[in-house]
Amino acid sequence: MSTGCVSPDGRLSEKALGLLKLLEEKGALTPVEIAEITKRPLFQVRSSLRELTEAGFIASSEGEKYSLTEKGRAALS
Amino acid sequence: MEEVKEVISMPRIGDQAPGFEAMTTMGPIKFPEDFKGQWVVFFSHPADFTPVCSTEFLAFAQMNEEFAKRNVQLLGLSIDSVFSHIAWAMNLKEKTGIEIPFPIVADADGRVAKLYGMLHPGESSTATVRAVFIIDPNGKIRAIIYYPLSAGRNMREILRLIDALQTADKYGVATPANWVPEPQVWEFTEENTKVIVPPPTSYEEAVNRAKQGYECIDWYFCKKKLS
Repeated sequence: MSTGCVSPDGRLSEKALGLLKLLEEKGALTPVEIAEITKRPLFQVRSSLRELTEAGFIASSEGEKYSLTEKGRAALS
Repeated sequence: MEEVKEVISMPRIGDQAPGFEAMTTMGPIKFPEDFKGQWVVFFSHPADFTPVCSTEFLAFAQMNEEFAKRNVQLLGLSIDSVFSHIAWAMNLKEKTGIEIPFPIVADADGRVAKLYGMLHPGESSTATVRAVFIIDPNGKIRAIIYYPLSAGRNMREILRLIDALQTADKYGVATPANWVPEPQVWEFTEENTKVIVPPPTSYEEAVNRAKQGYECIDWYFCKKKLS
């Protein structure tokens, strides 16, 4: 189910671009850290992260830290 | 021939909260994974645009900050579409100025309601009863409350229950009857003594409702004093 981050043709919403920019600026972050910075509810952050992960823009490592993939960095350039 | 009856599952205290994916008024959710690390008050109401539910949603909305202070996320549900939920939330905002700050699960096919035993056929086969599931940060069901369609819940009691569960976890204690974390007075005003007028069931009744001398917030949401 789409959270509105990625459109069917693969384009990113403002909200999604904002999340990718945040990860570019701060490095790897947990959902709790992102929720605190963006003041968005935790469940909504996790939902967006899931969609961006499935679309290949970000990836998570151990400890639920999310960071940009090559595709994510390319989307911002 | 042997009679075959459908057995509807009822999660119990101590069970892991059943998982589901659904659309809400604040986007899609995967439950309970997306809420890991938070307490959740997952509650059902019979239907959108019904008066008792409206009073409950407004009361929950007004206490949302108190729940947030306790790391609690509120999550509503009824057997309605997301468009109906959105229209109802917008109607409440327009008529009362109060915004609904928590997501409402759209469960048009009743799939989640059945999973959680929120449909009690003796009460109604199509509308969920007023169920409350308190789920802890590890996704375990810690308390369940059921109210019938006709009686609105006391939100202060739900908050008190959260305080009791969190205190029991933190200090390894149990809490007695009427326990509260600190002395407090639960204020009930004249407003609390009013009752709900059953909502109109036809267009004609709805049009005429405003002329009947009740205190109405909208055509479906009127109160009166018992004489």
